[in-house]
Amino acid sequence: MKEPTTLVVAGLTTLAAGTYAFRLSGQLLRARITFPPRATRLLEAAAVILLAALVATTALTESHGFAGFSRPAGVLVAGVLAWRKAPFLVVVLAAAAVTALLRVLGVS
Amino acid sequence: MRSIWRTLDRRVLADIGLTCLAVFFIGLSYGAIAVSSGFPLWVPAVQSVLVLAGASEFLFVGIVAAGGSPFAAALAGLLVNSRHLPYGLALPPGVTGRRWGRLLGTHVMNDESVVFALAQPDPARKRAAYWACGLGVLACWPGGAVIGGLIGSAVHDTGAFGLDAMFPAVILALIVKDLRNARTLRAALAGAAIALAATPFLPAGLPVLLALAAVLLLVRAPAASPEPARHPVGAQTP
Repeated sequence: MKEPTTLVVAGLTTLAAGTYAFRLSGQLLRARITFPPRATRLLEAAAVILLAALVATTALTESHGFAGFSRPAGVLVAGVLAWRKAPFLVVVLAAAAVTALLRVLGVS
Repeated sequence: MRSIWRTLDRRVLADIGLTCLAVFFIGLSYGAIAVSSGFPLWVPAVQSVLVLAGASEFLFVGIVAAGGSPFAAALAGLLVNSRHLPYGLALPPGVTGRRWGRLLGTHVMNDESVVFALAQPDPARKRAAYWACGLGVLACWPGGAVIGGLIGSAVHDTGAFGLDAMFPAVILALIVKDLRNARTLRAALAGAAIALAATPFLPAGLPVLLALAAVLLLVRAPAASPEPARHPVGAQTP
């Protein structure tokens, strides 16, 4: 660790406290304001959109670039299985297995 | 705690267990990477407990190891974690607990606990799933990080086992029933496209937030095609 310990502790504390503040502030906002049912549905749909974007970026990208073919291929297989209502265990293990297999075969 | 076991059916608990196991394995790689990039073991150990948000911790360790300032690393991590604000907005009140319990309930908010909660059909089961997954991650993420830090380079290459594909697969499996609603699917695809298009140009975390713009696709009042008055999330029992 090149950085002085105190600086790392300060950075770490900032990250932890700020993250907690994010976790809390959404709930506080929600408790303060009474949303009409339609807005509540939109908020939940917004969470689904956020999660879908997280799936797309973590499946396809790695630090600003393309993650290679094997990981998105594994996630795609998982997506098809989930759409066809395969059990959760099968879906998640298939993702890892397909990705690992493709890497054994030399796919990036 | 006991009420969690009573409220949730076995299958949901098994799904949460598998998710926590995946989190444990990712934690192993996090601890190993942190220690092999030159950090003492306490850094991943303390961070995994106090921050409890994987992607931001990987980023923090990566930036500092590359010579960046810890404050810049903290800001980058906060950008990644800003999605917890809309998560808090989406969770029905009471899911994270009441009074003192909410202090801990707030801390265990993460991608996995939120997605399991949203997937449950009623408030009692939402709360139980949220807590079971949240506490499971609170045990497995730091546990994995510490063990990974101790065994070090032996688990460095988690890519060989395809473990990096498990996180997106877990989230996808849990939102797939919401994506059966055509309008939600369209908005989710648009959001994913926005995030992917922005990823090469923007710092980590920001692209996912930009995806929220796709909510606009759902805002327009459906004049011609009346939407069934069904909850878009967690309406169907799987």
